[in-house]
Amino acid sequence: MAVAPLNRYPLWKHLLILAVIMVLGLYTLPNLYPDIPAVQVSHASGKLDASTLPALQRALQEEGIEVHSEEQGNNRLLLRFTDTEQQLQAFEASKETLDGRHIVALNLAPSVPGWLRLLGASPMNLGLDLRGGVHFLLQVDMKAAGAKAINNYATSFRVNLREAKLRRFSVVHTGDEARVRFRDAESRAAGLEVLRKEYGNELDFAEEDSQDGYLVIAKISEETLREIQSLAIQQNIQTLRNRVNELGVAEPVIQQQGAERIVVQLPGVQDTAQAKEILGATATVEFRMVNEQSDPFEAAETGRIPPGSLLYYERDSRNPILLKRAVMLTGDSIINANSGFDENSLPAVIITLDGKGAARFSKVTAENIKKLMAVVFIDNKTVIINKDGEQIRKTVKSEEVVSVARIQEQLGKRFQIEGLDSTHEALKLALLLRAGALAAPVEIVEERTVGPSLGQQNIDLGKKSIVIGFILVMIFMVVYYRLFGIAADLALAANLVLIIGIMSLIPGATLTLPGIAGIVLTVGMAVDANVLIFERIREELRNGNSPQASIQAGYSKALSTIADANVTTLIAAVVLFVFGTGPIKGFAVTLSIGIVCSMFTAIMGTRALVNLYYGSRKSPRLAV
Amino acid sequence: MQLLKDKLNIDFMGKRKPALILSCALIVVSLAAIPVRGLNLGIDFTGGTLVEVGYPDSTGLEKVRQALVSSGLENAIVQHFGTTRDVLIRLPVAESDRDKSSLSSKVIDALQPTGSPEVKRVEFVGPQVGGELRDKGGLAMLYALVGILIYVALRFEWRFSLGSVAALVHDVILVMGFFALTQTEFDLTVLAALLAVIGYSLNDTIVVFDRIRENFRRTRKDIPEATINESINQTFSRTLMTSITTLLVLFALFLFGGEVIHAFSIALIVGVIVGTYSSIYIASTSLLALKVSKEDLMPVAKTTGDGDGSQV
Repeated sequence: MAVAPLNRYPLWKHLLILAVIMVLGLYTLPNLYPDIPAVQVSHASGKLDASTLPALQRALQEEGIEVHSEEQGNNRLLLRFTDTEQQLQAFEASKETLDGRHIVALNLAPSVPGWLRLLGASPMNLGLDLRGGVHFLLQVDMKAAGAKAINNYATSFRVNLREAKLRRFSVVHTGDEARVRFRDAESRAAGLEVLRKEYGNELDFAEEDSQDGYLVIAKISEETLREIQSLAIQQNIQTLRNRVNELGVAEPVIQQQGAERIVVQLPGVQDTAQAKEILGATATVEFRMVNEQSDPFEAAETGRIPPGSLLYYERDSRNPILLKRAVMLTGDSIINANSGFDENSLPAVIITLDGKGAARFSKVTAENIKKLMAVVFIDNKTVIINKDGEQIRKTVKSEEVVSVARIQEQLGKRFQIEGLDSTHEALKLALLLRAGALAAPVEIVEERTVGPSLGQQNIDLGKKSIVIGFILVMIFMVVYYRLFGIAADLALAANLVLIIGIMSLIPGATLTLPGIAGIVLTVGMAVDANVLIFERIREELRNGNSPQASIQAGYSKALSTIADANVTTLIAAVVLFVFGTGPIKGFAVTLSIGIVCSMFTAIMGTRALVNLYYGSRKSPRLAV
Repeated sequence: MQLLKDKLNIDFMGKRKPALILSCALIVVSLAAIPVRGLNLGIDFTGGTLVEVGYPDSTGLEKVRQALVSSGLENAIVQHFGTTRDVLIRLPVAESDRDKSSLSSKVIDALQPTGSPEVKRVEFVGPQVGGELRDKGGLAMLYALVGILIYVALRFEWRFSLGSVAALVHDVILVMGFFALTQTEFDLTVLAALLAVIGYSLNDTIVVFDRIRENFRRTRKDIPEATINESINQTFSRTLMTSITTLLVLFALFLFGGEVIHAFSIALIVGVIVGTYSSIYIASTSLLALKVSKEDLMPVAKTTGDGDGSQV
């Protein structure tokens, strides 16, 4: 029998297997480094200035705080420290050095060495159930958003109809529609024309005759309603972002989920009552006139504030400013605020008011032409106070002036704030105004909080069960399949490395407790492919085939079975991924990755080992 | 080492009648248990509030209960969780409470006099979210089954497809019946486990089916019962081995994985046992009942006919 050797792999195959395991092995390494205390700095605008790092370094050096290592990137700055004491000191020092627009947060950062970080290697993301933290699912009340909008329209109707000299009508709004009742058909026709002209592309109008009058029924059009709802969500997300930034959470997640929901994840936050308070509170804006007669700097210094005025500070410059006590307009009159351009193509913010607000605002601005008006943004800010070495989070009301502008003319329902420095500035102000406008109310529909000790406990238990399950299976395989069992065990170990390597490499993959269970389960199931192959080899041997032919037949005959069996499990895993939420998704992810990796290691990996050992022998006795 | 002798020859199919009776009995018991005893659904599906607290020393439940009652939380269910130091408090969704999500804070405040326990876990699921998770879970199960039905029909033949799904439905019913009978809590992780059971049981079934197909094609005689029996015998040591390794890790998970995934590992342990049995006695028996024959399994003919070749 002079045939080419059956069980030899070409060199490239060996190299490929080795390369895959080595590369992914490299990416598992970061998981072995412990987390060390760190301080994370970012800027509320999203852009971190390049001068921040040197300034911080100087400040920390003066305080005698030793920085373990620093890392800059992704518009955030990470300073690592050797112990928590240094971290806390640095935290305080950083807050003092940087202005209020910087977000300084305590964090734990992996102590991965620089050369690994250069390769883009980082440890796996841990789910909240492993690292501790709060998960909220918020439902935005879309009905309320629609109802508020129709209420605004109804108020405006009265103004528009009165302006058109129409009389003897009444406006009521119920649920999602506004009804305008006229005495006769003629005035209805005239009124409808006025309303159509003003709101034709936002509302759907219908006429109805009933015994108590001639009605016009206005409903918000599908498209407008969608717009209102998406705006309500955006607005809420913006407000939540602002607040969470103030909370000083290291890696928060705030995302829209589906049409009406927002997910908020705050790793490391334990005081849920506080978090809830902050998420639930609403921000507002107020328009006030500026007191131009008195010197704000003097007032700030001496503390003597002129009667009828209040002392405020501007958001970015921190300059003091004196505002009149009387409020011209509050946020709940604002229907919308968009950034855009004025007639000179300069950045501006276009604001739309509801009927009631517009009437009031128009009167006040008429009396104050050529005078300065300020927009005050009021929100609940959280500060961290270090009290007796313990950190206490406290909520304080923050009132900041976000815009000052001169009134050029009498302002009405739609007006614009001009003279902004950049489109970025305009965008920011529009966002703040929208955030300050009364957004649709939100309700917490799901909460999952895991304390830090339970998170660590979950990690420890998970590790323990992986290790024990792993060792049991390994022993069993060696006892049962001897040399071939060792090949399977090596493949199993490689499989574990691949799973962790891939999990670390995919940025969106998150390890959860069910995810760990998925790894444990794959450890048990991954050897199935080898069991199939080895049993087949035994069978071939029993049927009197030569050892080399048995190896060859065992691998090739088992292949389609393994593929079929794994594809079907993969179907279940994918369905689980699509329908699952949070931690369950984590289970689906590790199960899928494990199945795919096990095909590679159990088929190609063990074959390479078996070939290396037996491939060049004439008629070996197989230890299977 | 070998657990079984070389030429195994167990008459599996000969015992299919008693096995069928056993399966039917178990299914009837399970189907009866699910509505009668009811599944002990976790708050993931029912909605509600759950608070897990840890005390420095072992703490009696009565003390905790009284503290809750004195704060007006009469309907709280209090139990130890894992150790006597850890206490789990469950509350149903309060209809009257306007802010349903604040219930957990109330519980935590109420527990302060009992020795300032550490809050380990808080879960609140609103009623509509619970309903959605329930619907989504049911749908997931359905989609997985349909996907598998299609895949197996494409790769094998419709009889195999029906047989494997029959086995899966059997497994799911029995595991759920087990949960209803033992009143083990049925939460989201158990649902995930159930889908993993589907994957595992199917894995097992496919291996047997693959061999049945291979043997049908090879054999010259057309005695389905003998061929199926032979196939099961040939794959039996593999079936046993894989079940053992999987059960090994599952017991590791059950014993060391912590309280949170207890129910998860129980579901899988039961599922793996039931799934192994069903791939032999439900899936393969279905093939016999559906009268699978050698002709059905010959390599696909060139014409893309309907597949139901004329019977001899």
